[in-house]
Amino acid sequence: MADFQRLAPEARKHLRQGPGVWVRLKLDPWLLILLLAIMSFGLIVLYSGSGASEAAVQKQLVRYGLALLGMVIITQINLRLVQRWMPLLYVGGVLLLVAVLLFGVGAKGAQRWLLIPGLPRFQPSEIMKLVVPLTLAWYLASRPRPPHLTHVVVSMLLVVMPVLLIAKQPDLGTSLLIGCSGIFVIFFAGLLWRYVVAAMVLGAAALPLLWMGMRPYQQQRVITFLEPESDPLGAGWNIIQSKIAIGSGGMNGKGWLQGTQSHLDFLPETHTDFIIAVLAEEFGLVGVCALLSLYFLVLIRGLIIAAQAAHPFDRMLAASLTLTFFVYVVVNISMVSGVLPVVGVPLPLVSYGGTSAVTLMASLGLLMSIHARRPQRT
Amino acid sequence: MPWSKMDTHRKELNQFNSRLWLALLLIVLVFSGLVARLAYLQIWQYDHYVTESDDNRQQLQAVAPTRGLIYDTKGQLLAGNRASHNLTLVPERLPGGRKGVDAALADLAQVVSVDADDIKRFKRRLNQPRRPYSPVALKFQLNETEIAQITVNQHRFPGVRIVPELVRYYPQDEGFVHALGYVGRINDRDLAKLDATNYSATDHVGKLGVERFYESELHGTVGHQTVETNARGRVLQVLDRLEPVPGRDLTLFLDAQLQQQAAQLLQGKRGAIVAIDPNTGGVLAMASAPSYGANQFVTGISRANYKALRESDELPLFNRALRGRYPPASTVKPVIALAGIDSGIIARNYSIWDPGFYQLTEGGRLYRDWKEGGHGRVNMHKSIVESVDTFYYSISHIMGNEPMVKYLAKFGLGQVTIADQPEATKAVLPTKQWKRINRNASWFPGDSLNMGIGQGFLSATPTQLATMAMVLANKGEWHQIRMIKAIDGKTVNKVSDLGRKDPAHPANVSLNRASDWNKVHAAMVGVMHDAKGTGQRSGANSSYKMAGKTGTAQVLGIKQDGTYDAAKIAERFRDHGLYIGWAPAKDPVIAIAVIVENGGGGSSAAAPLARKMFDARMQSLDSTSPNGDDPDG
Repeated sequence: MADFQRLAPEARKHLRQGPGVWVRLKLDPWLLILLLAIMSFGLIVLYSGSGASEAAVQKQLVRYGLALLGMVIITQINLRLVQRWMPLLYVGGVLLLVAVLLFGVGAKGAQRWLLIPGLPRFQPSEIMKLVVPLTLAWYLASRPRPPHLTHVVVSMLLVVMPVLLIAKQPDLGTSLLIGCSGIFVIFFAGLLWRYVVAAMVLGAAALPLLWMGMRPYQQQRVITFLEPESDPLGAGWNIIQSKIAIGSGGMNGKGWLQGTQSHLDFLPETHTDFIIAVLAEEFGLVGVCALLSLYFLVLIRGLIIAAQAAHPFDRMLAASLTLTFFVYVVVNISMVSGVLPVVGVPLPLVSYGGTSAVTLMASLGLLMSIHARRPQRT
Repeated sequence: MPWSKMDTHRKELNQFNSRLWLALLLIVLVFSGLVARLAYLQIWQYDHYVTESDDNRQQLQAVAPTRGLIYDTKGQLLAGNRASHNLTLVPERLPGGRKGVDAALADLAQVVSVDADDIKRFKRRLNQPRRPYSPVALKFQLNETEIAQITVNQHRFPGVRIVPELVRYYPQDEGFVHALGYVGRINDRDLAKLDATNYSATDHVGKLGVERFYESELHGTVGHQTVETNARGRVLQVLDRLEPVPGRDLTLFLDAQLQQQAAQLLQGKRGAIVAIDPNTGGVLAMASAPSYGANQFVTGISRANYKALRESDELPLFNRALRGRYPPASTVKPVIALAGIDSGIIARNYSIWDPGFYQLTEGGRLYRDWKEGGHGRVNMHKSIVESVDTFYYSISHIMGNEPMVKYLAKFGLGQVTIADQPEATKAVLPTKQWKRINRNASWFPGDSLNMGIGQGFLSATPTQLATMAMVLANKGEWHQIRMIKAIDGKTVNKVSDLGRKDPAHPANVSLNRASDWNKVHAAMVGVMHDAKGTGQRSGANSSYKMAGKTGTAQVLGIKQDGTYDAAKIAERFRDHGLYIGWAPAKDPVIAIAVIVENGGGGSSAAAPLARKMFDARMQSLDSTSPNGDDPDG
């Protein structure tokens, strides 16, 4: 008994040193397992959603590999160093956004891509998904918290500038996500509740202005969302068909590859933004709840990482990234199930496409990096 | 770390942690909301969305039955089905959707000729209620060049599709249309009468003639299939299928060889030929001239062509065989003679002295014979052989209206006896009552005189005259006059075999003295073979005897119209040539009526055509009869 008591602390020490390989790699096994689980689930659905295309799955696998690699690299970066370079990164990012508006290329009437010789074409707005919360965290970390009004105003300007530039491309989904990520940082910096309430009132008042600033196709999306039956074969088609896909999946779904809505082309964008409808149709409510549980665990893990972070910069960043991830999930599922208007937000780690996967993994990499450098309690 | 700073640090940490808890609460609430939303869709509304999903992918499609074929008596195809390639547009698939219709039409016009008429009708179809993504026909019956042109340029025309369908085809086209009728596209008026379910996949319906009368037999029963389609309406698989029941095949008595012969004989003339098999009552040939092509009506005749047909003063659309009301003229004389002697009013050996005219009263109006100076002493036999009008003036004056009407009716005049030609008309068998109603006058002796020579108010269709010839040839025996011989190979004796209403026809004519038939027959043989017979030239040089009666109808007047030129008017005032008869004289195989409008006399205009028909019938029978070349036969 005495031996045990004497040995117990030693054993605890060993236990802590057990996952030393994770610590040395700066990776968080919990997050890693969760995101691998989500990605696997996603690939299964993607195979079905892409019309049983092995090519699509292979391509996505390669992207996941690259994104994982990117994540591992990001986790190695010391955030204290990043903090130092933030002003420059922010200015560079905003300049790239301006460049997109001037020289960008794109499709369907939106300019989102930048072609720089020697580099693969990329979307500067994706970079800003990381740069904006990083910048806000950097700015507010060295200011008193709760932030003073002036600092709040400056922070807001730092958020609004890239958001407006991206909204002008136009890319409503991304600007919305970036705006959220910035606001979350301000919120976790301890923004006084009276400012929070005031911001909400102002936001509500600004809605008509927002409406007037929208492009016709964006306005159409809102109208369609409010009244999808007004144009069942045109703009309302997507929402109507995805609701039918989800609803007809029922409790247990129609079975993998058995979704009639998705396989018979009734459902649009089956492998990208609307992939959750494929999941809901083929795996039912059970399947969607399984995926939501995985997301929920990721969010819990993110909040724990935020809670355990010591540095204010780390805390605010971790909380903001976690909640942004949450917004991704909620906006995507809400729009597909007809709760929100259709804005182009992919389902994190499941929707087909490389760019958003890379950015999301990078943000998870940042979370891991924060966790790896948390103060060790002894 | 100083205490105060420590304190703010702790305070900040507490605040941060409380906001994290708040975030957790938000996450839990929103996720619960999402799950609730999904559960609402997937469990609460499950039944609704399953139905929607099935409606989406499964469609009940009607499958059109194949229309029954029509054969002639020897099995030659008269009406078949062939594939027609139709140019269609799916407005939803056009660049620009429905607003892109005009642009697409303009583009298409560069590749395939589409006239204003096509576009007008296309727009009308476009505006009818239709299922989204269903094709709308623009042009029917594309030829191979057009199909190739469109196929090669397909990439330029998203939303343009060539859709094949089976449509009616008449291999003989003209010449047969007045016997068969035709099918045409179903229009609003047809729709009101048709069974909407059974015709849900059918585009055509019998509009005229046999095609119209036997519509329910020819059409068949619609089938249906449940198909799985994608959002663009493309059929991916058939889930279940109830095969349509194809229409039943008809065999007609019509002999294509005879029909062709009849059409040829009438080429360039206005008139009609109807030939009936006296043993069955089956119609062997039914031609009306001028004629028109039946196939152009199947896929939709152009407005200009239709207008030309409708407005032609030759009246090609008019079915003279069934609807032409002609004065039968001297062709009724055998029946008038029978009426006289069988009713007992006229003695069998009654004779008159013919000075070339007849007077009702001394010094009254002269009713002239066709032969100036007259025929001398005339009995019944001579009156038929030489077609002596004065004899008939005399006996019809004695008989008056009723006996003539009674006997003419026994032979089918004044009624429709053909069972399966819905357009047939009954013409006029004028009774005293008829004259009172229609002319508001009483029957005068002069009316009887005119009726006695088949003129005046009396009129008959060529089909009725052929029927009369049949009853004469059969010595009074009636058959149902009909086109149909068999359905799906099963003999049809009466249309009531198919559940149709038989038209009433008179009872077999039984004379008080059966030998009177022989007297009339002998006289009608005389017409063809006696030296003075009016049809003698047509009866000459034949291996068989024939019987007949010529007729020459005076054209009393036609409506004068400023557009007729003088030559035409003169032509239109010429007599109609008529003929009825049968062959061979004993055991007849063909009874016939021939009418040539403004052809002059019956002996010269009509009888020669009948003779050619007789010959054709003999030839046709020889070629089918198994004993035809038997030297002992």
